[in-house]
Amino acid sequence: MSKILVIAEHDGSSLNLSTAKCMACATKLADAEIDVAVFAEDGTDIANEAAQLDSVSKVLLVDSPSNRYPLAAIIAAQLVAMADGYSHLLGPSTTFGKDLMPRVAALLGVNQISDVMTVLGTHKFKRPIYAGNAILTVEVPDDRPVVATIRTASFSGVGSGNSAIVEQVSLDADIPDHTRFVELQAGQSDRPDLQTATKVVSGGRALGSSENFDIIFKLADALGAGVGASRAAVDAGYVANEMQVGQTGKIIAPDLYIAIGISGAIQHLTGIKDAGTIVAINKDEDAPIFEVADLGIVGDLFQIVPELEKAIGS
Amino acid sequence: MERVLVGLKRVVDYNVRVRIRSDGSGVETDGVKMSINPFDEIALEEALRMKERGEANEVVVVSIGGSECQQQLRTGLAMGADRAILVETAESVNPLTGARIFLELIKREAAELVLLGKQAIDDDNNQTGQMLAALWGRPQATFASRIELNGSTAKVTREVDVGLETIEVDLPAVITTDLRLNEPRYVKLPDIMKAKKKPLDQIPVADLAVESAASITAVTFEPPEQRQKGIIVKDVAELVAALKDKGLV
Repeated sequence: MSKILVIAEHDGSSLNLSTAKCMACATKLADAEIDVAVFAEDGTDIANEAAQLDSVSKVLLVDSPSNRYPLAAIIAAQLVAMADGYSHLLGPSTTFGKDLMPRVAALLGVNQISDVMTVLGTHKFKRPIYAGNAILTVEVPDDRPVVATIRTASFSGVGSGNSAIVEQVSLDADIPDHTRFVELQAGQSDRPDLQTATKVVSGGRALGSSENFDIIFKLADALGAGVGASRAAVDAGYVANEMQVGQTGKIIAPDLYIAIGISGAIQHLTGIKDAGTIVAINKDEDAPIFEVADLGIVGDLFQIVPELEKAIGS
Repeated sequence: MERVLVGLKRVVDYNVRVRIRSDGSGVETDGVKMSINPFDEIALEEALRMKERGEANEVVVVSIGGSECQQQLRTGLAMGADRAILVETAESVNPLTGARIFLELIKREAAELVLLGKQAIDDDNNQTGQMLAALWGRPQATFASRIELNGSTAKVTREVDVGLETIEVDLPAVITTDLRLNEPRYVKLPDIMKAKKKPLDQIPVADLAVESAASITAVTFEPPEQRQKGIIVKDVAELVAALKDKGLV
């Protein structure tokens, strides 16, 4: 019988949507008991939020000052102490989960399944490799725990009408002191979060400067959209790293994705292949982005984008 | 510090559009250009800069695989690494076994820092560095975009989903590199000649007496679902009309 532990992601005050998506993956695995682990400091509100997620059996809250920041070495030591009895440990394929889960897997003596996109059985999954250019079906041994990260763009989160019990857990774990949090520079934005926005507007190298990127922000605001960027635009310093979409940036699945001045390298396309409708605006009609776009306009983005903003605003 | 170990994985070059073998048994690699995993190249560049700043005395590059991996190690030596180690195996190596092999080399080499790419662009696993740090019982600093060594500690800025996180770790440690840490240098012809004379040790994997971790079985490879190519509209009015039709604006 499967018993699943989902590791909650949060920012210290509220739950990240990735947790509901991991839950959705867990419900597809088996008709199993699914617990959620919350590692936090003063985490009661976060735990209560997790307890509302549908299909959660119980929430295990490890409330401790050591868990103030999401440091993998510190959480992994505790997670391993609580892993006994679980057939599956699931975390999100976000930078939080990618940092944490392999450390846990190694301590449990297993390889990890990275980026689960489809569940075929309790021990059989599909995952993308080669930047999404190949899909691999994998099978893992069933005589040891399964540790996996979940490709969040492949799952819609579960609802939140539940009221599972929250259990305070104290663990007997050696917490290392070799890793210390210094600071977090988070991008300040009132716009929808890139990873959960239903609409995203992204700009590429063709924008030419960070000042020019303003037209992307303006269009996004007219649409109520989140803002992304290609690697080239981030490398050139037009925008911050957390806006990068693609193989090594964020994998997103908005209903509408507008790619502006982005040629469409395979590493970028892998980040948007689950988008509902892709719109491309590019002056090069041979740009690979047009191969995947549902709607395209060939032309000068500096003319088209303000015109589009106006048309949408009116 | 005395020694930095850098992992160099041989992978299909990032510019190659990979094709699945018709029997679904894997990705076609025959006659395909192979390179150092780009993230590993960034790791090596960072190690070389540490050496140039006098923070490290020796940079050792390591690869695990068949004798063909010597190519990537020679490139690493040409970039400036002091010596190379090839752990020879005909089998494909999973992340946990790879981490165990690295741990054995750390002991042999008394390495104080291991720099690895955050992920290899073939299997996209993003596991080995974290696993190595776990087995070693040492800190990990993943997805590094800035590294500052201060004697017995390192301050590392990491690219995370919400922005940039800075942590401090005690050394020894494992650091995995992200794209914007640096821009790797180009190899010059005279350096390629010099690299031929640098030491490259070949160690059969059996000599390390590492237990192979149970693999995740690759059942089948298939191409991804292709998106249908859409239409080109002639102007903004037509685009907005199409978006309205779909209920998107």
